[in-house]
Amino acid sequence: MIIIEDAQVLRGTGVERCSVGIEGDRVVAVGSVAAANGARVIHAGGAWLGPGLVDLHVHFRDPGQTWKEDLDSGARAAAAGGYTAVVTMPNTDPPIDSGSRAVEAISRGDSVANVHIEVAGTLTKGRAGVEMADFDAMYEAGIRVFTDDGDCVPEAGLLRRIMTYLSALPGALIAEHPEDRSLTTAGHLHEGAMSDLHGIGGIPGVGEEAIVARDIAVARDTGARLHLQHLSTAAAVELVRHARDTGAAVTAEVTPHHLAIDDGRLEHLDPNLKMYPPLRSPADRSAMIAGLRDGVIDAVATDHAPHTIVEKAVPFEQAPRGVIGLETAAAIVSVALSGDQAVFFERMSIAPARIAGLARHGMLVEPGTPANLVIFDPERSWVPRVFASKSANSPFLGEELVGKVLATIHEGVVTHEEGLA
Amino acid sequence: MSGLLTLRGVTADRLGQLLDAGQRHVEMIGSGASAPVTLARRTVTIAFFEPSTRTRLSFEKAAMTLGATVLTLGQESSSTVKGESFRDTIETLTALGSDALVVRHHLADAAELAARWSGIPVVNAGVGRREHPTQTLIDALTLRQHFGTLHGLRMGIVGDVRNSRVARGHLNALPTMGVELTLIGPSTLLPDANPWGARTSHSLDEELGDLDVVYLLRIQRERGAGTGLPSEPSYHLRYGMSEERLSLLKPTSMIMHAGPMNRGVEIDDAVADGERSLILSQVANGVPMRMAVLEDALGGRS
Repeated sequence: MIIIEDAQVLRGTGVERCSVGIEGDRVVAVGSVAAANGARVIHAGGAWLGPGLVDLHVHFRDPGQTWKEDLDSGARAAAAGGYTAVVTMPNTDPPIDSGSRAVEAISRGDSVANVHIEVAGTLTKGRAGVEMADFDAMYEAGIRVFTDDGDCVPEAGLLRRIMTYLSALPGALIAEHPEDRSLTTAGHLHEGAMSDLHGIGGIPGVGEEAIVARDIAVARDTGARLHLQHLSTAAAVELVRHARDTGAAVTAEVTPHHLAIDDGRLEHLDPNLKMYPPLRSPADRSAMIAGLRDGVIDAVATDHAPHTIVEKAVPFEQAPRGVIGLETAAAIVSVALSGDQAVFFERMSIAPARIAGLARHGMLVEPGTPANLVIFDPERSWVPRVFASKSANSPFLGEELVGKVLATIHEGVVTHEEGLA
Repeated sequence: MSGLLTLRGVTADRLGQLLDAGQRHVEMIGSGASAPVTLARRTVTIAFFEPSTRTRLSFEKAAMTLGATVLTLGQESSSTVKGESFRDTIETLTALGSDALVVRHHLADAAELAARWSGIPVVNAGVGRREHPTQTLIDALTLRQHFGTLHGLRMGIVGDVRNSRVARGHLNALPTMGVELTLIGPSTLLPDANPWGARTSHSLDEELGDLDVVYLLRIQRERGAGTGLPSEPSYHLRYGMSEERLSLLKPTSMIMHAGPMNRGVEIDDAVADGERSLILSQVANGVPMRMAVLEDALGGRS
């Protein structure tokens, strides 16, 4: 048995300062918990206790690029960041685009102990954007999230056939990476003052906006469930807001880095600030924070994208796109949400679990619920210098952050602890 | 570690000192005296990762005139052709005993990275579309010689500003010295957000009467400028500096171009070779200005 004492517990009735008892893989008591022989007692010291975090968007590079990350190192990074479930993107090598690859990926994911790995499958064969992937076999294997992340489906006609097909499979989610390559392909950072100053090709916001508008229209037409990945522009947020207001089944995510930093930081080019979508303008960043607070953006997803130091130690235009995020997300998001515990867990756990259809995650802490939990101190300062991830390409490397994960509990087992009293 | 990576944020005083040093070399060369070998026993490595003739040759001559040992790495002979990383190449050149690097590269942060990775002074000899600071100093020196001062001069930079490292260098430094810049060209070839706050215009004819200097830029087809234009004849019609357009200028106004020129596109023969042209003065100032920059970078001021 594990007893967590003196935590700010997110219960069905709101936040309550109390204790929580865990037996096996379940929460068995919330409130005052009687001491038990042989129980491990964790003193939370007034830190937040809520459902384990859920990340809709990670790249674990496994199989294919395991020098950057693999399932085990990725799972350790997830646990260190307070996560109990992650959705792995299918742009591995080979991509997860068939029944047999799905079966293998799910079985390998299930063998990882300290985090639930929800495997996503591709929307098109080989992620080539030409033909539908093998949806029925992947669905039978248990895949529910489908995405060509890294690219959107390039043609509206193919997207419409895909959405029509998947709308008939209960629980299937189409997650789109909104990027019109014809508008973005020459770019390396947000098109604006910084791209002008450096004379480097810009990535205009309209490249995202155009695909968001198209995808919402096609989703509405087909009745498919659409999830928009890593939104970064104010215009895209407004499109989602309008779609929601008029009843479309659309959800959206934002990354921690788009909440925390804007392209002003790129006065000095740093490959750890290179990703897609790029860091946008200060006005875009404000719109992301506002959208996350008011719920137009449902979830924070890290787009955890490991690349090694050597791969990033090149001129900016040659650097691969992407940054890691699992181990720093909770701190960034709690600050962006001004320390609102209920909204924090809604966006970081409850909503993403609902979007991905993860029944054992994202539940308010009550007796009988699965013991997937995180203890997070929103006031603790720390500086990320080393990572559980194999890679260290973090935009927050060496920067003081406020908010630290003290412990992560996955299915009743402590998978990470650090700095507990 | 000094060197010259960018002119952005450099003060008017410092720019003036560099121009003064360049002018001293101009005068020394003009007098026929031989320059003091202020860089004797120093090794200057000219590391060019992109094709160039005039810039490379003028840096070589500047370094040799000052008595330096000069190593030249040309793009065709560089090991990057064999797949060596830029970082490894820079570290190798440093380990060979270079005291300074002169870097030309097609990527914007190459000079900055070379400085970080080598730990020795680096002179930016043109990187990406970002900046070509020695060209800007050469042009400023040329203007100062001709007009006496830069303060209050009105310069129109005409054409492919978007793809021009020369234009960005000018935008970073010439306003600091009092030059008023107007960017003139089709909107597809002008910057997107114009963080310098320079005036912009889409009509050369409306601007010519107000300009003291018309600075013509080459249409950089190799950087995709062509896709921003209907055609070169169409560009020439509206923005080409033809003999007829010379008549719209004030009698004192002059023409500049950093070369290489696309004759018949942005500039006509009669303009390039005519009496309003400062183009040959720009070329002549190349070596002395670069001598001053190299001395400054290596602390061997004469």
